[in-house]
Order: sequence, then C-alpha cells, then structure tokens
Amino acid sequence: MAQFRDQTQRFLNGQLHEDDFRALRLRNGLYIQRFAPMLRISIPYGLLSSAQLRVFARIAREYDKGFGHFTTRQNIQYNWPELAKVPDILELLASVEMHAIQTSGNCIRNVTSDHLAGVAKDELEDPRPWCELVRQWATVHPEFAFLPRKFKIAITGAVADRAAVRVHDIGLILKRNDAGVLGFEVLVGGGLGRAPMIGQTIYDFVTPHDLLGCLEAILRVYNLEGRRDNIHKARIKFVVKSHGIDKFREMVNAEWQASRAYAPVWSENEIARVKAFFKAPAYETLSDMDVVGSKGNALEQNKFRRWYQQNTRAHKVAGYRAVILSLKSVKRPPGDITDAQLDAVANLADQYSFGEIRVMHDQNLLFAHVRQQDLFALWQALDAIDLATANIGTLTDMIACPGLDLCSLANARTYTVVDLINERFDDLDYLYDLGEIQLKISGCMNGCGHHHVGHIGILGVDKHGEEWYQVTIGGAPNGKEADLGEVIGRSFKQEEIPDVLERLFRVYLEQREGDERFVDTVRRTGIAPFKAGAYAQADQAA
Amino acid sequence: MRKLIKLHNHDRSIVTDDWRYVEEDANAPAIIVSLPQWQMERDTLLASGKKLGVKLIPADKVEAIASDATKLSLIALEFGGIGEGRGYSQAHILRRRCNFIGELRAVGKIQRDQLFYMARCGFDAFELPEAADLNVALTAFDDYSVAYQPGIDKAGLELRRRAG
Repeated sequence: MAQFRDQTQRFLNGQLHEDDFRALRLRNGLYIQRFAPMLRISIPYGLLSSAQLRVFARIAREYDKGFGHFTTRQNIQYNWPELAKVPDILELLASVEMHAIQTSGNCIRNVTSDHLAGVAKDELEDPRPWCELVRQWATVHPEFAFLPRKFKIAITGAVADRAAVRVHDIGLILKRNDAGVLGFEVLVGGGLGRAPMIGQTIYDFVTPHDLLGCLEAILRVYNLEGRRDNIHKARIKFVVKSHGIDKFREMVNAEWQASRAYAPVWSENEIARVKAFFKAPAYETLSDMDVVGSKGNALEQNKFRRWYQQNTRAHKVAGYRAVILSLKSVKRPPGDITDAQLDAVANLADQYSFGEIRVMHDQNLLFAHVRQQDLFALWQALDAIDLATANIGTLTDMIACPGLDLCSLANARTYTVVDLINERFDDLDYLYDLGEIQLKISGCMNGCGHHHVGHIGILGVDKHGEEWYQVTIGGAPNGKEADLGEVIGRSFKQEEIPDVLERLFRVYLEQREGDERFVDTVRRTGIAPFKAGAYAQADQAA
Repeated sequence: MRKLIKLHNHDRSIVTDDWRYVEEDANAPAIIVSLPQWQMERDTLLASGKKLGVKLIPADKVEAIASDATKLSLIALEFGGIGEGRGYSQAHILRRRCNFIGELRAVGKIQRDQLFYMARCGFDAFELPEAADLNVALTAFDDYSVAYQPGIDKAGLELRRRAG
C-alpha cells in the first residue's frame, strides 16, 4: 500500500517516468482509460462477503460516479476514480482484506473458478481451496512477476466446466485417477484476444503434491522462452503453438525434472488449513419443496415461475437453490451495478445466503445458498431493485466489454449495440423459445467480451474511421465443446445487427431438430445456411 | 567510484564497486566480461589469476556457463527495463541448479521497485543507474512484509521447499 502511494506520488511529482509508472501501476490494477483512470479490484475466484460488497458500494459512491462494473474474470472495476485518490481506495479495500494486486500487468492474474463451487450437484471436489492455494503461491511471486505477458489460471472441479478452463493460459481440472487418487488434468495455451486458441492437455494427471513444481516448470519455460519483442505474440499460447504441444511438454519435462528436488510443495497441514476456510455453511435440515405457484397473485406467480426456471440452479443440499442476480437489465450495461444496488445486495445476502455473494464469469452475481422457502420473498426483493430480469442463459444475458464509450483500446461502441438488441428482443417468450444462446460482444480484437467463444460473437471493427461489426457463430467457451466461432461474412453497420440476429434465428428455428440449442444446430449444419439467411435477405432489402 | 547496494545475510549496505567491466579497465584485478568473450577466451582468462565475472544479457542461456559457475566470482545479469523478467529465472537457475555462490549482480535499467523481487530470487548486488538515490533504494527491500513463497533469501510464510 505504502509502496503504491509512494509510486503514485513519485509519478505525480515527475520523479517517476510515465512508462515505468505504467509497469508498476498496472500491477496494482490501475489503467489509464479514455476519460479517467480505471481501477480493477481482485475478487479471488469471485467470492465476496457482504462486508466487502458494502465497501464496493462506498467506493462507487465516494470515488466513482455511483457505479461499479463486474468483469468476465470475476473482478470489479471502477472507471472514474481520481489518480491521486487511488491510494485511499486501496486503503479502504485493505480494511476488508482486499486489494488490486496483480489484476493487470504481465503477471499471474486472479485465479478464477466455477461460480457453483461447493454447491453444484455435479462436483467431484470443491475447487476453491485449490484456487486459494494457487493464488497464494502466485501472489508477489518473485520469479514470475515480470512475465512476457499476462497469465491467467482457472480451476474447476465439476463435470460441467463453468470456469472456461480451455481458454486460460493454464486450466486445471480436478479429477480422480483409476486408483481413486485426487489430482489435476493440466491444460496449457488457451486464450482469447487477437489470436484465440483452445488450451491443450499437457499432463493428464498431476497430484496435488507435484502441482506447484509442475506450474513453476511451465512458468519458468514460458518466462525464458516467451516472446518479449512483440506484445501480440507474447502469451504462452504462442510458445505452445510454435513448438507444438509435444515439444513444449518435453521442454517442461526437462525443467520440471531439473527443479523437482527443491520445488515448492504444500504440506498436508497447509492444505487442511486452507480447506477449513471453505467449510459448508450451517445448512438447516430441509427437504425439497414445490415453490412455484404457492405464493402471490396469478401475475406474480407467472413472473416468479419464469424467474425460478431461468435464474435459479440446483443445489446439492435438499431444500436449497442457488440464485442468479441478473445484471443484464435493459436499464444498464451488462455487468454494471449501482452503489444502492450493491448495498441492497449485501443486505439480502446477509438475510438469505449466509452473507456470501459470488461474481460469475458472465457478469452476473450469485447467491449460492438460498432456502427454497425464501425464494419468493427474495424474488420480490430483487425485482424491486431491478436484479430479477428472468433472462439468464438467453440471448439478452449478453457479455459485453465497455467498448469505445470508456476504453481507450476499443474500435467501436458495444453498449449501443446492447441497447439495440435489448430493444428488439424484449419478448421473453420468444427468448425462451430460442433457448440457451450465449451472445458475446467485444469492442475490439483484444476480445475482452469473449466474442470468439460466443454462440454468437459480435466484434467491433474500425473501417476508415467508421464503426462496423463482424459476426461469428458456433463458438462456445466451456468444457469439451469449447471452440471458436466462424465469421459469417462481411461486417454490418450497428443498425443492421438486430435484423441480422433475427434472420439467423429464423434459420435456426427452421433447421432446429428436437430441442437442440442454436449452437448445436450451427455445428450440425455448418454455417452455410446461416450465412445464406443472413445475407440473402440483407441484399434483397438493399 | 561506482557505488553498489550489497546484501550480506540480512545486512544491506552501500559499497564501492571493486569490479571493472573489461571495456572500462582490462588491467583491473577483478574484471567482468561478456558471454561471447568468456566463451572465446575462457582458458586465457582463467590462467590470468584475476577475479573473474561474466555478464549475461536477457537472451543468453544460463546453461552456457552452468559448468563454469563455480569458477566465477561474479555473474551479472542485465535488465533492459522494468518489463524484462528473464533475469529472475536466470538467477533462480544459477542459485538453485548451478550452485553458484559468488556475487549475483543485477545491472541495467533497474528501479528500486524491483529490488524486493530480485533479492528473493538470489541477487545480492545491485548496480543501479547512476542517477538513482541508493539511500532511498536501500529501503525497498522492506516493500512487502511477508512472502508466501520460499525464496533463495528466506522461507516463505506458508509454502516450503522440499529440501535445502
């Protein structure tokens, strides 16, 4: 803290060169954006207490314009802090054991995970203790603090991959081998950005005892071999790609072997100590109940039923559900939340979910442990603060980066596209009929909106100073189906996007077999019919 | 005279540099040469009776001097700027794997903000740019009060190395 206060003071006094301050300020999550600095705060594996959320509310109110923005990496960022006041914000965060260390810069970033960790029915092992153990190892790691480029790690412990482990620099999947021993499948070289790639398995099974040695070997090979001459080819995926996964594995094997004798290792006591932090809350003994239709008038029941179906998830303990708080209201950009909402959510978390809040990759929030008997009351409370839009998993549950409105890297606006889509697709029944669609929008090829792995991806491009939008279909972020979308053809003007989507959906509804999802239809038929649909009528109209 | 920061156990001090780069004074009793010069003149240099040091640039492979590490009294690793991080892994390999026990010097465009990390990777000498205020830089080793990882310099808070 004092270190950053000193660095900021030296920069403001002119004693620290701008380029050097950049390398240092980025380590504390501070970017200089179009209009003001942007401060990104680390939320390890997306887990928050209500006390921490209240501090976010206070920062939004006192140091920003009343907003915070949740990101796709389970962090929060503020777009309007004053540089000179950033050290004060960091002090405030420290009072609730939070910080912005390593949320940017070329270092190991926040370790992310499954938002349903600890409560999912399909979970083999809770990934959060492992996230915390890896996070501690990665924090201010002396050897890997100045890597060729940023480095992202995700860990999952469930059958369904909700942590997008295949698009991370390193993805870890908890598994048991044939002897029943717990370990990790280790994936390497995934990532989005300008040259998106899907991670590949470097080791099928690594025990917890060997994991840090394995990670250090990968990081050391990367630190020494990664390119530093070209920022666009500096991620580990380029090292993996240029050598091929087999050669890369040989390089890591050699390094791992050479360092095995002194590699860091977690003691059983340490693992047990960290696991104790993630003990299940004090659940009551309840049984599952029929919650829909018991409370409220007919109109409320209908709204509640839709919300229950779309926005709640199964819980491994009888009588409980996990509840998603939609930050995808038509009234605000995806992921944005006001100070008043933050305070209200903190209170509701205390009342209904053991004071715990989780941030999801798709820029929503989650109450992981809500008694089923409380769902109706919680829904009413969330509806009153506009956090109950029943659109989770549908088209309008969009992911979007802030785009040209706020970001200095962007080519095009994203929030205006979001608004156009929200205006056109406001009929929930139509959205439910379309089923699960992941629409992801990025304002430039850096891909912070993850457009490559959207079932539908929209990418803002700059053509002769005008904003155009390229559309991809067939991508997916998670699990074995993770893949990159294909571009359907020439770019569109912003106003065309809702029509283009509508035409794509018409093709989907014609081609759909059974209840297959949009992305499944695209993968079965290929993009040809969609391409024909999207452009044929566009040309007719023109 | 050039001044350095040197670490010795838990002491840190500002000292006068006894070493000369060969291009400064080839006749000095303690000289530092580049890796190419070392590779070309290794035997002559070893026979000269001088104290010898080699300076590596970030792209140099540490393996190139691994077998000579015990014959050298100093290895200097150059840093091209704050974003250049290969030196940290080079230092790690020299200390951990090559059993290098001589002076490990960081040289180049070094900021005091890097010193904490460098010390933890095994550097014990720091040749900062001329304009740097070494008295201020001396305090940088206390930037973080605790560390999770075991370093070359001290044990970590929670992680333990397997041996030594």
